[in-house]
Amino acid sequence: MKVLMFGWEFPPHISGGLGTACYGLVQGMNFHNQEVIFVVPKLWGDEEPVADFVNASKISIDYRERRFKKLWKNLTYLEVNSYLVPYLGPKEFKKYTSSVQQDRTAMQESVFSNSFEFSGKYGKNLMEEVSRYALVGAQIARDRQDFDIIHAHDWLAYPAGIAAKEISGKPLVVHVHATEYDRSGESVNFPVFEIERAGMHAADHVVAVSQLTKNICVRKYGIPPEKVSVLHNAVLDASIITSAYQKKVPEKIVTFLGRITFQKGPEYFVEAAKKVIDRDPNVRFVMAGSGDLLTKMVDRVAELRIGTKFHFTGFLKGDDVDHMYAISDVYVMPSVSEPFGIAPLEAVRHNTPVIISKQSGVAEVLTNAIKIDFWDVDAMADAIFGLLHYESMARMFKELGGDELKKLKWEHVAAKLVTVYEKILAQRT
Amino acid sequence: MRTVCFYFQVHQPFRIKPYRFFDIGEDHHYWNDYLNRLVIRKVAQKCYLPMNSLLLELIEKHGIKFKVAFSISGTFLDQIEAYAPEVLESFQRLVATGQVELLNETYSHSLASLKSKDEFVSLVKKHQQRIQHLFQGYTPKVFRNTELIYSDQIGKMVAELGYDGMLTEGAKHILGWKSPNYVYSNSLAPEFKVLLKNFRLSDDIAFRFGDNTWGDFPLTTSKFVNWLNALPKEEPVVNLFMDYETFGEHQWAETGIFEFMKHLPEEIFSNSNFTFSTPSEVLASLSPVSSIHVPTPISWADEERDLTAWLGNDMQDEAFDRLYELEKQVRSTGDPELIRDWEYLQTSDHFYYICTKFFSDGSVHEYFSPYDTPYDAFINYMNVLSDFILRVKQAHESRATTLTQA
Repeated sequence: MKVLMFGWEFPPHISGGLGTACYGLVQGMNFHNQEVIFVVPKLWGDEEPVADFVNASKISIDYRERRFKKLWKNLTYLEVNSYLVPYLGPKEFKKYTSSVQQDRTAMQESVFSNSFEFSGKYGKNLMEEVSRYALVGAQIARDRQDFDIIHAHDWLAYPAGIAAKEISGKPLVVHVHATEYDRSGESVNFPVFEIERAGMHAADHVVAVSQLTKNICVRKYGIPPEKVSVLHNAVLDASIITSAYQKKVPEKIVTFLGRITFQKGPEYFVEAAKKVIDRDPNVRFVMAGSGDLLTKMVDRVAELRIGTKFHFTGFLKGDDVDHMYAISDVYVMPSVSEPFGIAPLEAVRHNTPVIISKQSGVAEVLTNAIKIDFWDVDAMADAIFGLLHYESMARMFKELGGDELKKLKWEHVAAKLVTVYEKILAQRT
Repeated sequence: MRTVCFYFQVHQPFRIKPYRFFDIGEDHHYWNDYLNRLVIRKVAQKCYLPMNSLLLELIEKHGIKFKVAFSISGTFLDQIEAYAPEVLESFQRLVATGQVELLNETYSHSLASLKSKDEFVSLVKKHQQRIQHLFQGYTPKVFRNTELIYSDQIGKMVAELGYDGMLTEGAKHILGWKSPNYVYSNSLAPEFKVLLKNFRLSDDIAFRFGDNTWGDFPLTTSKFVNWLNALPKEEPVVNLFMDYETFGEHQWAETGIFEFMKHLPEEIFSNSNFTFSTPSEVLASLSPVSSIHVPTPISWADEERDLTAWLGNDMQDEAFDRLYELEKQVRSTGDPELIRDWEYLQTSDHFYYICTKFFSDGSVHEYFSPYDTPYDAFINYMNVLSDFILRVKQAHESRATTLTQA
């Protein structure tokens, strides 16, 4: 079987978990000898040759193709002036939109121009890039007939998937790694929601990264449950990491590592920290990462008077991430809504016991972790205190967590995906 | 006699280097040596050296008629000793003329007066010793507290240390209808005299001199002397208190600030009956007209002339309280390195960087801060403080072990 996949990023050039998941999935497909044509907006040249890569920046659009004009008309739901940027808080967003004033006609011209250089990032011309990407999807679908099924990862690639389906008539699978409800709570960005909804409805089948995400697809996007399959993410490498990096403080360390945004629930971590420190001053809390809620968190930590026990590292990269996991005694992911959440599995690899919110997809696959409701700061504080003081529990998690990881393989995910493909193709004939 | 009293504040903090969470427990050197040296070297060229030589020139030219006062913080003295000894020498030359008065302050430009009498006294003594050591036994008689912070209580505390008087801000909300151009006395210690800054005339030089949107721009010496002459005849003293960095650093040489100062004395001598006096001369020659009531502390900072540049937001209060909690533990270690770091960490600038007042005074704050935001400043300070707390704890633990072993 040959799959035409549309992604948005691919390792090593990634800004979120999406690229890593795509990489794992492609690896898994290779394991089962399934071919993948992988399209990304921009190729950097240093990608591992695991797929038949197509660089969308190198595709020129054939204007004589009438069907493209029609497609473009259908793409008008991509609200041109919506200035879409994920991961920005309302304040930054406002600052940003006021600085960018685009012209509709200018956009149409540039989208339809012969050459178009994608940034492949989540930048200010995101909507323009998504539209162009859809046209590229159509062009590729017309030029290449050698695929059996189309697979689009997350909303940025849905329009491309839809266009490819319309041109080729081949079935479409959309893969939901996250929804607008996860990113923004109830204050969804409507154009994004619209694209997500259109993608899920146009698809022959929807793949969700967790039951939690499937429920959102069903409840919020009106997709029939039988049309959605759950395929949990896996880990690329389940080996246990033993780090030589030593911690330099005598206290135990409890870590939050992630974007400091609404979705990740940082404020609950701060409140739980206060409760733990009140009971046991020999603990340090670390909030690693950056995001629009950082200053709010700093304010709250000062207000709670726990500043000498609660530290901020800013955005960590490279070795520092590993070091942080290595010196952590407990890792907490209090996400308010996490479609999957790969970070706790990284913590497990470092033999660090984890506490995860029940509102995360990863809670569905990780048994040896403490699961709490994100809002239940008392339960979170209890769990942190327990893991720090009752060593047997922490030890058990360490021993069993590693075994659990080994079961989370991308080849298993790919095998399930192939079954999904086969079912769709069988239904067609 | 009517007189002008110039006092210049000379201070630089030991700025903290970017200190990360990962450094806690391992790296015990907190100071940004590179930046601190750079600032001292830069300001030495722009301000300290040219202004010191100008003052020396004026003293040579006008003889005993021209005099000024300095308060030089200990953190500044430590830094010029290390990074710019020629600056130290030029200050020594000025003091040797006998026409330059040195004031006493807290060694590390600390806010201790608001928190702990013991710590405050200890820092005052240390500053006094430092001055005596560097300036041939010179012993200051007049006190100036960090950022001119003053209250009735603080004044009384300083009076008990035996000083003749103290300098503070002529804050509007304290003075009401009264004029800053008299000597006042402390309301709790009536013998103790207080000199008040004439903030209008001081700030005309310190803040507005180079501001070409100011209605009175450009400020000339004759204009300034006219303003002096326009003051009510019975008001005896005009206290012009300002940062020394005004000359060449806050007001660049291009504004003409050096020329202004060069010609101000002769303009005053030829077109007014004002003289120049040092604070102790003013205190000796004038009696207080009344006492001044300052129940809550005032300072010379910002529009409010209160403490909110350093304390008041949660981050500042947290940093301040965590720091001073340590006082007894640190002092009891007797460890010279710990005590030095403890003193440097008290410098008011660290708390100033955490200020979140972004309105009218925000630009001044930004100008003086090495951090992008107050949040960065807080995080960095707290990381350092966390390491410092660990060291203090360890010092006590190892002392306890030695004691039990003995």
